[in-house]
Formats: sequence, C-alpha cells, structure tokens
Amino acid sequence: MFSSEKIRTLLEQLGVTHVVTVPDSTIGRWQTAIEERGTPRLVRVCREGEAWQVAAGLQLGGATPLVLIQCTGLLESGDAIRNALHDFGLPLFAIIGYRSYLNQDTLPGDTCLVFTEPTLDAWKIDYRLVTRPSQFDDIRPHFVACRDAGKPGAILLAEGKA
Amino acid sequence: MTSPTTTPTAPRTHMPAKDALAAVHAARDPRDIVITTMTPARDWMLLPQQPLDLVLVPSAMGSAPPLGLGLALAQPTRRVIVCNGDGSMLMNLGALVSIANARPANLVLIVFVNGTYEVTGSQPVPGAGVVDYPALARAAGFESVHAYGSLHEWQSAVRRIIAVPGPTFVALDVEQVHGQPGPKSPGPARERARQFMQALRG
Repeated sequence: MFSSEKIRTLLEQLGVTHVVTVPDSTIGRWQTAIEERGTPRLVRVCREGEAWQVAAGLQLGGATPLVLIQCTGLLESGDAIRNALHDFGLPLFAIIGYRSYLNQDTLPGDTCLVFTEPTLDAWKIDYRLVTRPSQFDDIRPHFVACRDAGKPGAILLAEGKA
Repeated sequence: MTSPTTTPTAPRTHMPAKDALAAVHAARDPRDIVITTMTPARDWMLLPQQPLDLVLVPSAMGSAPPLGLGLALAQPTRRVIVCNGDGSMLMNLGALVSIANARPANLVLIVFVNGTYEVTGSQPVPGAGVVDYPALARAAGFESVHAYGSLHEWQSAVRRIIAVPGPTFVALDVEQVHGQPGPKSPGPARERARQFMQALRG
C-alpha cells in the first residue's frame, strides 16, 4: 500500500529512533529501506512479545521506538503489552499488519479478522484502521496525538494476504 | 541399540544466590543500570538501592533480557546489567539471539541457575540440571560467555567480567532456596518508571 521509502521517511520525520520488528510479507518489505538508510535503526527480534519488551527498554532509556509486527504477533504479545503499557505505563506506538483484511484468498475465513480489533480494544490501544493509500496522511496526526497524550496507540494496516 | 554418548560430569558446585548477587552489587558503578526480576529482584531489594536500579516486579516473565536490550541500545554510554533467573531465561530463549544480533557492547546478562521456579514453590524448570546455558548463549552468537559455580571465583572475577565489551553472558550456578516468598513490588510501577527516567536524564 505504501512504498518502503515513504514509510521510512515518515518514521524519521516523526522522530522514531528504532523500529523493533518481526516481519510479515507486507511490512517486511520495508526493512531494506530502513536498514539501508540506518535511520531509524532496525532491531530484529524473535517473537512479537519480545518486540514490546525491547521497545519498553528503549522508551525507558529516552528513545522513541516503534513496534512493527503483524496482527498474529499482537495476539501473541498479551502479557508483554500488559506489563509495558499498563503496569509501567509506557505509551508505545505500533504499526500492525492486519492479515487478510483486503482479501481472504490465501486464508479463507481467517480468524485474524475476528480477534484483532477486539484485542486492541481489550488492551486499550487507541488504533486507526488504514485500508487505502489515501489514508497515509492519517498516520502522522494519530502518532502525534498519542505521543502528546502519553497513551499507547497503533496503526492497523490492512493487508491482502498471509 | 546404541549406548548413550554422554559421559558423567564432575559434581557441580553451587554458590549462595544472595552472595552472588551481592558481588554484582559491590562491583556495579553508580552509573550502571541494573535490572532485576524474580528471585534476584527479591534479594536485590535487600541491598542498598540506587536510582538506576530497575526492579522488574511486576513483570511479564521473560521480559528482563529484552528490556535490557532496549535500554542498552538507548543508553550506549552506560553499562546495563540484567539479573535473570533460569526459569525466566527459558521463557524467552529467543532473546539470546536478538541480543547477540543487535550486539550491544554495554549489556551484561547474568542468569542465576538453580533449576527451579523458586517463587512458585521450587518446582523444577524443564531441563533442570541438563540445559547448558553458556552453550546456548554461545550458539546464539554471544562471544563473551562465562560460567561460575564457586562464589570465591565469581567474587574475584565479576569486576573484570562486566568490564569487557559485550554483549556478555554469565551463568551462575546457585543454591536452591526453599520456602521463601516471591518478590514484592517496591511500589507502583508507573511511578517507579517515571523516577527511573528522571534519574537517567539527571
């Protein structure tokens, strides 16, 4: 939906210092642009719960991290989110790929469509659903609003395949 | 049928966990960040506290090493020491790979190995007495890897070990302690996070 360089430039403009990530087939394409320019720094982790924990350490240390994962990883991340966002009150921000939202050709009946948004609501993460390229300009104001309010937030990015 | 290829190993020595932790406490610089969780957190709170101590209680079990990775990347001029349990390490073994991949030279990960989930009543962890934590760390990509079972040797080595460029992994074989309560939160976590961030800025 968005080019790698467009996303990388936006993250740099927003002051994101580190992108902590486990890839999927959509957001994973952004890694090369981020890594080639070196800003923000790409931090690869082994599972998505770990991504929130690394981001928590970055935030505590004064950096501005972004968690970049797929919605399946959000479902894996529960206890890490509880601890980082709600015990320690860290206003982390994420871009979360929303598997199968645009089509279910690969995974008909994908239950990600059932559980992702209720899970974000349960964890009190203020999210915006982005389904069209024209919504690119919605990302910046939501990031800034969450940052200024000191609350966790996310962009839920519609994807078309697993 | 073939015979097992393992050979008997020499009896392992174990040191008192509180004394092993006290050696870390004595060796740390006030500028160091020290993260403790589970049993090491309980015992660390018995020692004099510093503003850059982060007692990870409550925690998401397994979260101390990745939290330390994030802090080490954000604060590259400070040493970050993570005191973890073996049960917590097993909860998040992938963190060893993530740390080695990111290569933070200022991160020291110390695992207190007692083979039990001590805070829940000393049930054995999977692989108790079998898992070779230093070998796991080496296989994950750590180059600075150390193991101690003797308190005297650990006390003699700790300052040197934590001073070398890392990431550094240390496994300490410690005695099991039974019947002790789990760590109690030293206060509201949000407030402690805010104070910790202020201390870093100060």
